[in-house]
Amino acid sequence: MQLSHKPINISAVLATATCALLGVTAAQAEENTELWKFDTALMYYGETDRVTAVEGVIAATKDFGDEHIFSGKLTIDGLTGASATGAVAQPTAQTFTRPSGNGNYEIAAGETPLDDTFHDTRLQLNAQWTQPIAQDLRASGGLQFSNEYDYLSFALNGSLAYDLNQKNTTLSLGLSYALDTIKPEGGIPLALATVAFNPNPEQEDSTEFEDNYNSTRATDSDSKNTLDVMLGLTQVINRRLLMQFNYGLSTVDGYTNDPFKYLSVVDEQGLTQSLVYENRPDTRTRHSFYWQTKYAMDFGVADISYRFATDDWKIDSHTIDSRLRINLSDTTYIQPHFRYYQQAAAEFFQPFMQEGETLPEFASADYRLGEMTAYTLGLKYGMELDNGDELSFRLEYYQQSPKNAGFDEPGVLQDMELYPTVKAVIAQVSYRF
Amino acid sequence: MQSKIVKIFASLLLIQLASCASLGVQPWERDLLAKDEMALDAEKLDLALDDHIYFSKEATSGGRAFAGGGCGCN
Repeated sequence: MQLSHKPINISAVLATATCALLGVTAAQAEENTELWKFDTALMYYGETDRVTAVEGVIAATKDFGDEHIFSGKLTIDGLTGASATGAVAQPTAQTFTRPSGNGNYEIAAGETPLDDTFHDTRLQLNAQWTQPIAQDLRASGGLQFSNEYDYLSFALNGSLAYDLNQKNTTLSLGLSYALDTIKPEGGIPLALATVAFNPNPEQEDSTEFEDNYNSTRATDSDSKNTLDVMLGLTQVINRRLLMQFNYGLSTVDGYTNDPFKYLSVVDEQGLTQSLVYENRPDTRTRHSFYWQTKYAMDFGVADISYRFATDDWKIDSHTIDSRLRINLSDTTYIQPHFRYYQQAAAEFFQPFMQEGETLPEFASADYRLGEMTAYTLGLKYGMELDNGDELSFRLEYYQQSPKNAGFDEPGVLQDMELYPTVKAVIAQVSYRF
Repeated sequence: MQSKIVKIFASLLLIQLASCASLGVQPWERDLLAKDEMALDAEKLDLALDDHIYFSKEATSGGRAFAGGGCGCN
């Protein structure tokens, strides 16, 4: 054994002795003086000709000592703009009655039908408490509440994390349960019912339309339960390399439809004859396999993750996400971001229905359930200010390219754009103090 | 022949276990791993905002965190 000849730090020894007398550790004494930490962000998300969203977040964290940590988050977002209804473009202009039954809107020839009454404000609150409950064992519990005009969600979660192998390995188990309730204006439409059209929206007491509309309604509201289980393994590989593996199982039970989505029923020439509401299965079981690795380099950090997900709607997806932090100086960095996503179509996805065919049990023309690839390219610039606060800016481009999963297109639909790309810009300012 | 295969598998398993045991670092070697930007959830807000975008625009959610619920956007 080699003996140390370093001089003894008298003040450190005294501090340790004082802390020992007071019954606290030096680390604890330091932690007890820790103040609230705030993380704030303002994000803009804008699609060309479609949805625009602005989202503000304030997150606060405090360590009450001994790793007893509280974190809370307030999120407010506002959405406006237009969303694809699922109906197909036509060679002539189309008129649709709004989902609420109040008024009509027109879509020009050759254009993808978008419902421009899409606007909402959402408020979300999160609270989480984490603390050690035994040697090398941490527990965490949290609540989430989210409310918007026609949607209410309440969720709770709990997890355990166990450190072993000198904290080089962490095993975790998490559970989450969410109850979501939707109450769309006009009520919940009946599955695959023909959408009522009001030929005279100016006429106030059109009883014929009202009777038609009401005959397509099931109830005022509906709900779904989501239960998630997650198993995690985090492993330090060496001084620079860290890895995480997660397996997630998620089961959804209840109303999974989007009440604002339709399918066009077309004839042999591809001309729309009517519209029907979509219908998705009322259960869904998803499995996800997630791997993330972080590598510390001399000039920054590389962060790469891959996710494979599969479910009983037959949607398989692959996601690669990568960030490369490059330190420009001790206090500034830039971070390019690249994400690639690919999904297969749900087995009940179909871009339209053919007149005269037997109604399927389930059908949806929501492009988000269809075959698709998407990529994100972004750049972040961050700087630490003189007072230790951090200011950062992020600008990203996101593009979705839906694909035809092998559907024949009759007549005029061959000349229509049935799978339009969606392009969006994401801009964000964050401030940490 | 069978015992040979068993021996090969046993030695492979031992090598695997040995390499597992050598994974990780000593507490005093955590200088780089202890940096804020090396935390798996560094940039927590960015990740949460991204999750919300992709949750409402794509059919898959979760993986890094829980998958379900919370918003009428999907």
